[in-house]
Amino acid sequence: MIGLTHFLIVGVIVFSLGVFCVLTRRNAVGILLGLELMLNAANLNLLAFARFGGGAADGNVFVVAVIFLALAAVLVGLAIVLSVHRSFGTVDVRAAETLRG
Amino acid sequence: MGVAEPSLACLVGLPLLGALGIGLGGSRLQRRIGASGLGAIASAPIAVATALTVRALAQLMANAPDARILDVRVGTWLAVGDLQVDATLVFDPLSALMALLVTGIGALVCVYSAGSMRDEPGLWRYFALLNLFIGAMLLLVLAGDLLVLFVAWEGVAFCSYALIGFWYRDAANANAGAKAFIVNRVGDVGLLLGISLLFWAMHAAGKPTTDIGELARHSDVLAGATLFGWSVPALATLLLFVGAAAKSAQFPLHVWLPDAMAGPTPASALIHAATMVTAGVYLIARLDFLFVLAPSTQALIAWVGAVTAFLAATAAACQDDIKKALSYSTVSQLGLMMLALGVAAPSAALFHLTTHGVIKAALFLGAGSILHAMRNDRDLRHMGGLRRWLPWTHGAFVVAAAALAGIPPFSGFFSKDEILWRALAADAGGPLLWFVALLTSALTSFYAFRLVILAFHGDNRSEAHVREGLHESPRAMLVPLSVLAALAVSLGFLGLPDVFGGTDRLGTWLSPTFAALVPETAAPTSVAARYLLAVTTAAVAFGGLTLAHAMYISHRVSSDAIARIAGGVPLRWIQAGYGFDALYRAVFHRGVRQLARASAALDRGGIDAGVRALGASVRGIASATAAFDRLAIDRTIDRSGGAVLRIGGWIRALQTGSIHVYLYIAVIAVAAAIVLHLIGPR
Repeated sequence: MIGLTHFLIVGVIVFSLGVFCVLTRRNAVGILLGLELMLNAANLNLLAFARFGGGAADGNVFVVAVIFLALAAVLVGLAIVLSVHRSFGTVDVRAAETLRG
Repeated sequence: MGVAEPSLACLVGLPLLGALGIGLGGSRLQRRIGASGLGAIASAPIAVATALTVRALAQLMANAPDARILDVRVGTWLAVGDLQVDATLVFDPLSALMALLVTGIGALVCVYSAGSMRDEPGLWRYFALLNLFIGAMLLLVLAGDLLVLFVAWEGVAFCSYALIGFWYRDAANANAGAKAFIVNRVGDVGLLLGISLLFWAMHAAGKPTTDIGELARHSDVLAGATLFGWSVPALATLLLFVGAAAKSAQFPLHVWLPDAMAGPTPASALIHAATMVTAGVYLIARLDFLFVLAPSTQALIAWVGAVTAFLAATAAACQDDIKKALSYSTVSQLGLMMLALGVAAPSAALFHLTTHGVIKAALFLGAGSILHAMRNDRDLRHMGGLRRWLPWTHGAFVVAAAALAGIPPFSGFFSKDEILWRALAADAGGPLLWFVALLTSALTSFYAFRLVILAFHGDNRSEAHVREGLHESPRAMLVPLSVLAALAVSLGFLGLPDVFGGTDRLGTWLSPTFAALVPETAAPTSVAARYLLAVTTAAVAFGGLTLAHAMYISHRVSSDAIARIAGGVPLRWIQAGYGFDALYRAVFHRGVRQLARASAALDRGGIDAGVRALGASVRGIASATAAFDRLAIDRTIDRSGGAVLRIGGWIRALQTGSIHVYLYIAVIAVAAAIVLHLIGPR
């Protein structure tokens, strides 16, 4: 029926979509969304292996940790985006290229 | 060694003290008490010295002939290493003669000066120098040690310099004084070298001394000493003769004496006629014991003397300046004295020294009297017929001139005749020497009477205003003049030789000084020959008189005839003294200047150039170093700095500031890490 492989494939698809978002979006929030996608794809993987890979609940616990970490990362990220917006008047990452050589 | 006589120290010291006193207080004194008073005070030391001399002379005469020495040791002057010089004064017959001459003529000159220089503002200076001179001259003739004599030698040279250049504001006078001193200095080199040589010889023999008595006693030691193969007596006497020749104005060191006439005439009478110039003759006579050991030097002395005598006499005959004529005459007569010394007849030389001293002093004082009347115009061509206005002066002058000419029975005849006789009998070319001396005597007579005639006889050639002022001199001047003239007449008795009925008192008097050491060459005594010679001498004297008369009174002989006899030699050149001054100017003055210029050029071109080159090279090194610094070092640093900047630039380029780029790099790096991990470590 729906086995491990299906979860893993969905996970890969979501991860690649997340990578694509991170690499190509102009909007800073969009990059953060991509980051979330990658993290959640990793969560899917973990949950998949936790459900189908034996009885151990290690995976579930790890997922909770990952969710908290993603939360922290997004918090800090959004704070930076807000600061950038205040300085440059926009969230387009191409506007914040002033720190360069 | 002789009898001690402390008053000798006073004899020398009083004039010196007088000089000091007058020198310090004289100007005030002169303003206070005037010229006559000053003259009296200035003459006092000399008068006392004269009295002391006479007293000492009497003492000597009272002793037996071989015990006639008085001496006094005033103290040790120098004590250096092996040399000990005592300031000893020795009064023996020779010094007695010289001292009497110095003090006697000195006193007369003092009296005369008070009269002739009455209006001179610097009179106190003059008297101080005169006293100093007499003191120094007395020290010279009484010196018992050669080094003390040398000090006195320099002392009289200084006084001569100061008195010649007395009117120093005129540069010509000052230069004449300097000339006298410098030429004397040249001689002093020889004198000092001679003294040193004698000391060295004595020292080598174990008796280091310069005392004259000691040297005389050890003359045998000196006789045998040699220096690099040269005989010490020959060398030493040669050097000493150089000194004597400068002081006694022999050729070629005579050039200072004609110029010395720039000084006051009484000073010339004392210094350049009777005393200082005779110091050279005195030196040779005093060291007679040494000179007899060197016959070659004696021959040289005789010939130098003869040549000097003759050439100076020719020059004297051509002078228009009365004082210059007398000075050349002095040179000539000194030459005759040297001739006498050269033929080993020192007493004849000293006889002539005495008579000439008196005669020449009289002539100079007479000339001074003439100048006093002529307002100091010395040119004979402006004189003439002066006997009308100056009868006394004329009388004295004629007498003295006759004595100089050698007219018998005046003193000059006897002394000159003695010299001629000794010259004839000499070894080294005697007859030739005699002939030269005879010619000189003829010339002497000629120029002596020429002076008399041109000055006193004939028509007066002065300008009207001068003629109006002609007057006889005051008594202060005439008395000394007359005294000297009288002596010039009578002094012949002193040396009257046996053949003429005299006893040669002077020769006998002096013989202890000479005979005790070496017996004087006895002249051959053929009476007939002696008389014949005397007649010749007298004839020559009268011949000169005749020629002068013919030329200047009866005008039968003209100067053209003389010029023809002289063989075409220009009389102007003879008058200028045979061009010695021009020669010395060319060699020494120009030579020294050229040497100075060459040295300066060497200094500029060589040394300065070297220093500048050194500076330039240092500057070159500095700029090279700077260039190196600039090109090499700076460039290296600049380049390395630039390289760092460039690399930094490249690395900086990585910092694009673009988030997308950073994310791409992060993803690719993670992917690469995963791949590498999967491939796995082997």
